[in-house]
Amino acid sequence: MKKGVFGRPPLGLLVPAAVAVLFIALPLIGLLTHVAWRDLAAELGSDEVRTALRLSLECSLLAVVVAIIIGVPLAYVLARSNLPGKGLIRALVVLPLVLPPVVGGIALQTAFGRSTPIGRVLYDGFGVTLPFSTAGAVMAEAFVAFPFLVITVEAGLRQADPGYEEVAATLGARPWRRFWRVTLPLIKPSLLAGAALAWARALGEFGATITFAGSFPGTTQTLPLAAYAAFEGSGEVERAITLSLILLAISVAILVGLRDRWLGTST
Amino acid sequence: MLKTGHRAGLAVLAMLALGVGACGSSTSSSPASTGSASKLTGSITVFAAASLTEAFKDAQKTLEQNNPGFTVTYSFAGSQQLVTNIQNGAPADVIATADLSTMQKLTSAGLVGTPQVFARNTLEIAVAKGNPKHITGLADLANPAISVVLADPSVPVGKFSREALAKAGVSVTPKSNELDVKSTLQKVESGDADAAIVYTTDISSASDKVDGVVIPENQNVIAVYPIAVVKASQNQAAAAAFVQSAVSGDVQRALLKRGFKAP
Repeated sequence: MKKGVFGRPPLGLLVPAAVAVLFIALPLIGLLTHVAWRDLAAELGSDEVRTALRLSLECSLLAVVVAIIIGVPLAYVLARSNLPGKGLIRALVVLPLVLPPVVGGIALQTAFGRSTPIGRVLYDGFGVTLPFSTAGAVMAEAFVAFPFLVITVEAGLRQADPGYEEVAATLGARPWRRFWRVTLPLIKPSLLAGAALAWARALGEFGATITFAGSFPGTTQTLPLAAYAAFEGSGEVERAITLSLILLAISVAILVGLRDRWLGTST
Repeated sequence: MLKTGHRAGLAVLAMLALGVGACGSSTSSSPASTGSASKLTGSITVFAAASLTEAFKDAQKTLEQNNPGFTVTYSFAGSQQLVTNIQNGAPADVIATADLSTMQKLTSAGLVGTPQVFARNTLEIAVAKGNPKHITGLADLANPAISVVLADPSVPVGKFSREALAKAGVSVTPKSNELDVKSTLQKVESGDADAAIVYTTDISSASDKVDGVVIPENQNVIAVYPIAVVKASQNQAAAAAFVQSAVSGDVQRALLKRGFKAP
């Protein structure tokens, strides 16, 4: 640190900085002080909580898998090709980052709802209704989470030294083999970071899921939806807080996992 | 918009001439406001059960025309959500719920004045236009090929729906538990679900998008709507006047027009 050069920061900056810390810390402290620690084990073991947790893990991990399968190729295309309109494509796929999730949910409904052309084919042909199905919840989560993966992986690809890929090319490795054997290992840290970010986002997804997939325990009612239903619906505030605590714990775990990336610069 | 001054004058005349209770006259645009009109000043916020959306919005026009300078803002949601919000200190002046037990939570917490019943409603099955799945009653909802959406059991209409299904001896696994009646109905409007149990008034308000299948009286449940002044209200006079209007004034007339039954 350059404390020696700058000395103590002026009070005019220290005070708002302290307010900022409190602003984030106080709600979290509030949450923790309201946890019924004595009943926590029973709450965590309850069917409702376990159902929501299991569903949330399933949906969010599947959403990350979907995001990787389609997001990594897209990131590669955006980073390595000279495709015309690349900027526009990037803007489009990054849009869910800033789009209110409920808009995403409504948009998904208008594209994949049962009475839409695609929805009708799925329903008449395969008997599948995406809304109200776990697949619908996964889609909603993937929709909001996959930009995190794409931009992180694309950034990783841009930072990776293209020299290795060029050497591989001169040694006769075909593009497909080059991608798997050279590029992918090079961007592994970005891929892991992007997957973790996407996972965190998918796990917290609420708006798109409840609008597109509905809310039913075990099928579409993930942890955030269950927390909301407990808090706003049945008034089981304790359960809502327990569910929130689980989400908080997972978020902290992800943050710790990514500490080198985000917290590594501090002393 | 008409000049409100003239409007108010006409309204008073009309009231003197006709008296209250012009239920049959559906053509006259806005009959009288009641004697409490003078107290409808300033602005109030009314928290109302989602099923009241259309009727209360209709009433808003009449109230604001008849009472210059008065404005009402609504927040519509599931009754249980509104109750939670008020318990958490949401700034409401009036609350109207779709059942007595949610209101009871506020009464016993001392957060509202004495509730008054102002409307009744019944349940109906909402289906797609033309009833393509040929649903004739609650028993059909047990068919696994029919996708049914209900309101969450914590929502009054969700609780009533389950009571009705129990009365009919029908067991249904819904595809989704929605947190208010309008989002329950929306799943049928959008075509994602085949049927939903909602209020009769919700179906008539959305009659361009859905059809209704009547639930016979012996299986049906009557929803009783109470309304009360929130004790923390900063505008007690207007809040009380709105409650009065819901029981026997402009708001009551708007409710009857939308198919609600008088208390």
